[in-house]
Amino acid sequence: MRVDQVLVDGVAAGEVLALDAPLSFWGGVSIESGRIVDPSHPQSGVSLAGKVLVLPHGRGSSSSSSVLAEMIRIGTGPAGIVLDEPDSIMVIGALVADRLYGTRCPIVVASTTPEGGSVWRINGAELESVS
Amino acid sequence: MARWVDLSLQLDPIAINTGFASLQDQPLAYLEAVQLSERDRSLLAGEMGDAQRIAMELLIAVGETDGAQHLIDIEAAHIDGCSYHGRAGVDFAQMLVDGDGRVEVPTTLNVASLDLLHPDLYKGDSAVAESAKGLMDHYVALGCRPTWTCAPYQLQDRPSFGQQIAWGESNAIVFANSVLGARTNRYGDFMDICCALTGRVPYAGLHTDEGRLGTIQFNVVVPSSILDDDLTYPLMGHVLGQVAGSRVPVITGLDERATEDRLKALGAAAASSGAVAMFHAVGVTPEAPSLSEALGSAPPLHVTDLTVDTLRDARRQLTTAIGTLGAVSVGTPHMSFDEFVSLAALVEGRRTTVPFYVNTSRDVLDRAERAGVMTPIVAFGVTVVTDTCTYITPIMGDIEGDVMTNSGKWAYYAPANLGVSVVLGSLADCVASAVTGSAVSTGEWS
Repeated sequence: MRVDQVLVDGVAAGEVLALDAPLSFWGGVSIESGRIVDPSHPQSGVSLAGKVLVLPHGRGSSSSSSVLAEMIRIGTGPAGIVLDEPDSIMVIGALVADRLYGTRCPIVVASTTPEGGSVWRINGAELESVS
Repeated sequence: MARWVDLSLQLDPIAINTGFASLQDQPLAYLEAVQLSERDRSLLAGEMGDAQRIAMELLIAVGETDGAQHLIDIEAAHIDGCSYHGRAGVDFAQMLVDGDGRVEVPTTLNVASLDLLHPDLYKGDSAVAESAKGLMDHYVALGCRPTWTCAPYQLQDRPSFGQQIAWGESNAIVFANSVLGARTNRYGDFMDICCALTGRVPYAGLHTDEGRLGTIQFNVVVPSSILDDDLTYPLMGHVLGQVAGSRVPVITGLDERATEDRLKALGAAAASSGAVAMFHAVGVTPEAPSLSEALGSAPPLHVTDLTVDTLRDARRQLTTAIGTLGAVSVGTPHMSFDEFVSLAALVEGRRTTVPFYVNTSRDVLDRAERAGVMTPIVAFGVTVVTDTCTYITPIMGDIEGDVMTNSGKWAYYAPANLGVSVVLGSLADCVASAVTGSAVSTGEWS
């Protein structure tokens, strides 16, 4: 399917992790493990590492840009992110990680989003099922 | 309509490797989406240095995300990126320092990871402390003022109504928009300094008149006496954030008892449980003289009642306590001068039996000390923390028991950040509990 908007262009594939609630990367995720540590989040304990992360939008701290960039740097970040509305805090984190380390975490906005568990690929403006 | 940025135009391999590639030889197609002034183009061409060029490139990319047609000038900035979260933040700041970056507008700095006035409080890893200090030094080198506070709205020269600014730090953003009537979007780390270095922001969202209109409504329907209790306000904020997400809520039913400090607590909680960057309180905040003006004469998309029951639920959600009281932490966001005056009256002649932390800025601490307000507070036995906050850096050490706080934001983040259990109460509850050594509830919520 075609996405509504490409915020950070790139290609990434991975198992889909569809979050049931918004997430603040700062204070909500462990940089070291990539796991959700916000105890109030319904998917607390689940790892974002290497996933195609589907979530409604960001939440909370403006430090989430730094946290996302650092996770991308050390390899615990999501492979790509599918949002249902633009979130510039995530976008700037991904852009800076790309510029500094050459690791691209594509971010797109899509109205129809893939379900958790399946493997999908973000490919520029296309969102494709792999499995 | 689909709008998208082809970042391959901006982030060529040289740029990725060095961080300092030029855009001059590249197609200008993407420049059409965000219209640039002559000065913008000059910055983009690197005529004012590499740091300014990088900042402008990133600004334009984010402007696309926000759907901006052009950029506008700002009068001030507040930087959240000075708090240490790993090497990426340091590498980015280093790149800007190496590129001879210098902020274009007066720029304040948020809390960092160290208390430079009380360095002995730090109980963490020394290598991390060194990196955190290096990050702080980078931002000062870029020309930012070492204010080290998450409450820049408590500084003497805060922004005024209608000013366009670029602020990071979620609680500061919501306060600036809602209470001061200054105009900022929700800027994340990195973006904040890009705005400060260029003196520009994408004209979108809360910078525009229409972006500031409320779209959902909350009616406070509680007995009037509830509005006298400090604890009511972070509870309202928590619910507001959960329901509003990133929309602009309009609150009815508040009155002059919603002081700046109470609105601070409300906004900070709403920006933690949600992505609230602005709210209106009808008859209280400057852009909401009436409900219809706050909503722009349009019907709200959603109406929610804030009742005693919903606020009680919020209190339960923010309390993870297991039993004994181990410590108290107040001042998140940083304690104001007025709150110090209240605290001084509450602690007069008393003594805490547990570690009692107060987070504040060096500026407010200085004012409180000069006014003689600190004398009873010091005698009570508090540990004053400046420049940082107890929930973002290892200061409290191993706590035996729960931590009590008056902050919805602290209660939201501390369980994950510090692994502690939390009790939420008013400032008066916190003092009473510290004296008796067990969590007590004193006010309307007891």
